[in-house]
Amino acid sequence: MNRTPFIVRFLQATPKSGWISLAVFALLTLVIIPVLHLAVAEGSAFHVSSYVVTLVGKILCYAIVAVAMDLIWGYAGILSLGHGLFFALGGYAFGMYLMRQIGRDGSYKADLPDFMVFLDWKELPWYWTGSDSFIWAAVLVLVVPALVAFAFGFFAFRSRIKGVYFSIITQAMTFAAMLLFFRNETGFGGNNGFTDFKRILGHSITSPEMRVTLFGLSALMLMATLVLGRYIVTSKFGRVLAAIRDAESRVMFLGYNPLYYKLAIWTLSALLCGIAGALYVPQVGIINPGEMSTANSIEIAIWVAVGGRATLIGPVIGAAIVNLSKSFFTQAFPEYWLFFLGALFVVVTLWLPNGVVGLWQQMRQQMQQKRRAKA
Amino acid sequence: MRHFLLALFCCLSLHAVAGVDTAVLKQLASEESDDKIAAIQKLARSADPDAIKTLHDLAEGTLKDDKGEDITVNNRVRREIDAALAALRLFDADPVARLSAAKEVAANADASMAPVLAKALAKESDPKIKGLLAEAHALATLKDAKPEVRIAAAKALASSADPNIKAVLKAQSEEANEAESLVRRAAFQSYLEVKDRLTLAETVGKIFSGLSLGSILLLAALGLAITYGVMGVINMAHGELLMIGAYATFGMQTLFRNHLPDYLDWYLLAAVPVAFFAAAGVGVLLERTVIRWLYGRPLETLLATWGLSLMLIQAARVLFGAQNVEVANPSWMSGGLEILPSIVLPLNRIVIVGFSLFVLALVWALMNKTRLGMFVRAVTQNRPMAGCVGVPTTRIDTVAFALGAGIAGLGGVALSQIANVGPDMGQGYIVDSFMVVVLGGVGQLAGAVWAALGLGIVSKFLESWAGAVIAKIVVLVFIIVFIQKRPQGLFALKGRFVEN
Amino acid sequence: MSDSGHMLIPDEVDLSHNVILYLDQISVSFDGFKALNDLTLTIDAGELRCIIGPNGAGKTTMMDVITGKTRADKGKAFFGQTINLREMTEPEIAHAGIGRKFQKPTIFENLTVFENLELAMKMDKRARTSLFAWLDDAGRDKVLDVLRQIRLDGESERQAGLLSHGQKQWLEIGMLLMQDPKLLLLDEPVAGMTDDETARTGELFKSLAGKHSLVVVEHDMAFIEQLGGKVTVLHEGSVLAEGSLATVQNDQRVIEVYLGR
Repeated sequence: MNRTPFIVRFLQATPKSGWISLAVFALLTLVIIPVLHLAVAEGSAFHVSSYVVTLVGKILCYAIVAVAMDLIWGYAGILSLGHGLFFALGGYAFGMYLMRQIGRDGSYKADLPDFMVFLDWKELPWYWTGSDSFIWAAVLVLVVPALVAFAFGFFAFRSRIKGVYFSIITQAMTFAAMLLFFRNETGFGGNNGFTDFKRILGHSITSPEMRVTLFGLSALMLMATLVLGRYIVTSKFGRVLAAIRDAESRVMFLGYNPLYYKLAIWTLSALLCGIAGALYVPQVGIINPGEMSTANSIEIAIWVAVGGRATLIGPVIGAAIVNLSKSFFTQAFPEYWLFFLGALFVVVTLWLPNGVVGLWQQMRQQMQQKRRAKA
Repeated sequence: MRHFLLALFCCLSLHAVAGVDTAVLKQLASEESDDKIAAIQKLARSADPDAIKTLHDLAEGTLKDDKGEDITVNNRVRREIDAALAALRLFDADPVARLSAAKEVAANADASMAPVLAKALAKESDPKIKGLLAEAHALATLKDAKPEVRIAAAKALASSADPNIKAVLKAQSEEANEAESLVRRAAFQSYLEVKDRLTLAETVGKIFSGLSLGSILLLAALGLAITYGVMGVINMAHGELLMIGAYATFGMQTLFRNHLPDYLDWYLLAAVPVAFFAAAGVGVLLERTVIRWLYGRPLETLLATWGLSLMLIQAARVLFGAQNVEVANPSWMSGGLEILPSIVLPLNRIVIVGFSLFVLALVWALMNKTRLGMFVRAVTQNRPMAGCVGVPTTRIDTVAFALGAGIAGLGGVALSQIANVGPDMGQGYIVDSFMVVVLGGVGQLAGAVWAALGLGIVSKFLESWAGAVIAKIVVLVFIIVFIQKRPQGLFALKGRFVEN
Repeated sequence: MSDSGHMLIPDEVDLSHNVILYLDQISVSFDGFKALNDLTLTIDAGELRCIIGPNGAGKTTMMDVITGKTRADKGKAFFGQTINLREMTEPEIAHAGIGRKFQKPTIFENLTVFENLELAMKMDKRARTSLFAWLDDAGRDKVLDVLRQIRLDGESERQAGLLSHGQKQWLEIGMLLMQDPKLLLLDEPVAGMTDDETARTGELFKSLAGKHSLVVVEHDMAFIEQLGGKVTVLHEGSVLAEGSLATVQNDQRVIEVYLGR
């Protein structure tokens, strides 16, 4: 029996071009952009402004969410309208720590976060216990979204809820959570959520160094997500997922229990979203229940669809295209942004089932055929 | 007693030019507020039409004393004048005036009013006013010196349905306020009766508001149930079809206001067909241009229709502005139906419940009594087979979608009467209407009806003890859990064609 | 996390009475319609059994009950002497050694032919181990072997969805072979095949009988004749007649059912 370690096989199973692009990406995000932001003077043509760093950092977080969404939707065929919830939960979990780090620098100069003072609360609710610890916050970020997803997924998949039913139920779950977080009494700042963060681990959150650190972490996390995703989809696990997408009953009659496959990828997807949310919140400086709105969750799906489902690079490209367009439109033609986004949904589903990546592959194939025809 | 005789005398006497007995006038002119009040009460008991004029003049500050000087009044006296005027109006010839007076008096009847109330009660013939007066009289005599009068009063109050009276009776049944144990017992007995009546009334009120919410949900979900049932299409733009219906109503209102102001009250009737066809037209457009090309790909349909909904919302913003527009109830729909003193059912809600029943009956008849309905049901149950036996499935799809959209438009008409009309209004209903469809079971009209009404009533009851937000969360969680147990909904189709 | 679906190491099926499948008075109804009505049926170990019956006789529902897709309202369903099928889920039943081919070919259209067969292979099918499982040489040989058997060795890297209907049928049969079940349930396996393909399928099935037990639902009488096993006629959810093809073809009740009264 051939016993090559699976890591080696995995490295072999991924084309060289993939590793090269990853290295280029690493160089760009971990070296070039940080240096151009920190070391190049502001007036210089090569200076990367803090606006750009924050925008790209935000998009990196969105890209992680998009890849996570693609793992569950593109590869396993399960469309979630609840990924906004997992993203927000990760954000809130880390946001609690950020709120505590404000310390007495809030507008009420109190020990408690401002919104609690405003509600006339005298002490922290029990679920805020330990929120002043960075480690605990990190644990919450990893555990809470994954746990919620696991519990929800376990029951939903066990009851064999699939297709649009599953989508609608995830939407209802997210909607319920949003209503819950909108309440002031829930203890997460109600409408306004968390904002006015001051520092992380004692360092100012607005310093260029912190900005670059968060940016770099997001880039690293995206790369880790891509490598992990690549590993999963090339493993037998990934093939079973694709099989579930194509013919779930056949999978069952072959002796696989789809429940655990779906549950595993669903929970992993939520976990990745949670991490992305935790990286996102300190970069944009705010988290509120609006992140849980139906619109946000559906938008994640369109990032994936625009880029190309069931590819790993597609969601990253899609997240970038849609969000850069959003920044452009909301500044230049705010009136037309929704028309553009809406049209994007329609156009992609009608004419671009494989997204930009699919279009590119198709064009390349046609070129090759033409070349072959000539030769 | 002397005052009373005096009052009676006033009542019977042919009046002097001044209209008021000079002794009373003199008392009114007194420097002491207490004297003034005594005189006012005397006038109140007189039940004399001229007394009304005198009191009015007094309130206005134009009444002159025998020396021809204005009589001044302070706030305390003024309050007394108001009460006296109400008491006097109890004898007005116009029953409407008497009713409003009776209501006013009943709200703050005190012991001093007892005689005049007794008199008014004796003269009154209208049963409704009589009831009010009896209540007010009982309330006024509840603090009477004689225990037997108090007992009678407490007993008389048992038929009330007024939360204030409940509180008064409760107080009367406590030892601190009432020395006589017999009175306490009678008061407590009556208190229990009133409490039960109020609880019942409250329950009826909640059921009604639940029905009202349910009928809105039904109107929102009925169209969705058809499109989802027939085509398996999740139409995320369904809420925007509601919005189109509501804006169509707004349009008709504007049209009538500008061109047919005399018939403004009837704009709503005109809006019904207009909203139906406007929404149905948009529905056909969506079906022909987008949804048709996505059959068999439900998840893609979900995304594409979401995109359509974004565009429709933005279109509404561009056309009508981002602000809510004002749609008024026609006059025949404003006001309420009082079923108990504490329960008023708003007319607009009653009309909407009726309207949704009407739409439901129409849809039911269409689905079960017409050839079109038969085709639609055939396609719902087995599309390929329906196609094989010659049902034009693609045309049925368009018609069914138009129908579903049109019904959403009708839902919009109803919504415009009770909710804000704005570009985002549809978004608020999309989750709810999906929940109704999912709960009811796909393609099941009966399921949608039970689910809508059930959800409406359950929500209202939950709201009363947990608040609106928690109620909503509880309902959503309940549905999520319920779907785990019965993935096919309340009314499931069974058999081998169900899965996949 | 309990992986009960997969933990079941396929026990040896107890064939002490030489019976592999035992259905006793199974009933299933859908909204009052009795799809199966006190169905009693036994399949011997190594037998090749054909089931025929008009539409709606309950053939597919019977397979659904055996494989756990549909729950019986009452009755007994045993695999061998000891394995109670009514208490098991689909994957558990598959693991115990029952393979099923659907009426409509059900394969993984977006995977290659090779991958389809690979996934079907008899092996540890838990989610957790699948993350680290890589095909070894023995497995590869097995797949190549089956590919030859189902005559798709030239199509190994092709996307399964691009195969012809007959090839898809063969692929699904090939997946069953990879699964190596004790009992194969085959719902209309030769529908859409050419005569030549049908004949070859018949040969394949006959070669499998003995080592495996087969239950074949078919309408194609020539094919059933070729198989030559015992025939059971289902009608309105229960067994109408049983015996050789000639016997049931001459049975008066069977003729009535097929030709109408």
